[in-house]
Amino acid sequence: MHELSIIANLFEILEEKAEEKKAKKITLVKLQVGALSGVVPEFLKTAFDIYKKDTIAAEAKLEIENIPLKIKCLKCGQEEVKEDFIFICEKCASRDLKTLAGTELLLEKVKLEI
Amino acid sequence: MQKKEILVLEELLGSNKKIAAEIRGALTERGILTINLLSSPGAGKTTLLERMAERLKPEFKMAVIEGDIETERDAERIRAKGIPAWQIITGGACHLEAKMLGKIIPQIPPDLDFLFIENVGNLVCPASYDLGEALRCVLLSTPEGDDKPKKYPKAFTTADCLILTKADLVPHLPFDIERATKEALDINPKLKTFVTSALKGIGMDAVADFFISSLLTLRKQDA
Repeated sequence: MHELSIIANLFEILEEKAEEKKAKKITLVKLQVGALSGVVPEFLKTAFDIYKKDTIAAEAKLEIENIPLKIKCLKCGQEEVKEDFIFICEKCASRDLKTLAGTELLLEKVKLEI
Repeated sequence: MQKKEILVLEELLGSNKKIAAEIRGALTERGILTINLLSSPGAGKTTLLERMAERLKPEFKMAVIEGDIETERDAERIRAKGIPAWQIITGGACHLEAKMLGKIIPQIPPDLDFLFIENVGNLVCPASYDLGEALRCVLLSTPEGDDKPKKYPKAFTTADCLILTKADLVPHLPFDIERATKEALDINPKLKTFVTSALKGIGMDAVADFFISSLLTLRKQDA
């Protein structure tokens, strides 16, 4: 349950951005969360709702885009989405793979009122 | 009132990553190999460190940073082996973060060879936090079951080595060493794997040799 700690980091960035833009409030926060990010999106939402009270994002909505694990085979070039986290190419059985997406834990964008 | 949308694309753990990179830089420059140990509670991290203390001495110098929610017990066990140890009491937090190491890093003896970080016992949260380690080792004890790698993919995909512990208990348990190893390698083909029993002394020399060869590689790269 490190989601609350991650949300605390998110609010540090949000407050910095709001100050930079001289915003009065934040209305939307959008995150990208990878399947292999190690966090549970539902818990992020709960933590966000607890944390946002009395902050500049008190009325903000949290949107989470779940990013599936996507790999590329360095041997045959096959790209595929992995639901099972098994790092073996389905086409040529190579284990020499590169992770293209799925480890993200990103603040993508915010909507502000200035 | 003006409405505005701004693209940020900033990592939520960016500040942790930055501190971890500074720690990694400082320790690598001093030729110190830092090893982050991850496992569930009771898998045998402290016992592994006790065995490493016996094997690495007197040729190599090691120190340990202990992360626990409460008590100095683990640090005391390590100190009893004549090894310097710092205890971080997280007071409830389920993992260590790079910033928690801030005060300790300047106290690390400059002639050290190995710095072990024993993370809070938890196979989930510590996996998300880079502590500036050169090696990440995950321990899995046989009583936990051989189905754990896929249940905790983040810990196993981010690790460099897997140490199966308490192998002496296998005759009494439905634990298949081959299955556990295969499952871990399926999700991380680069894992270096070890089968050990601290109680019977199995595999301990192989783990110590791996740490020593990793230290030599680090120093060669840095030279």
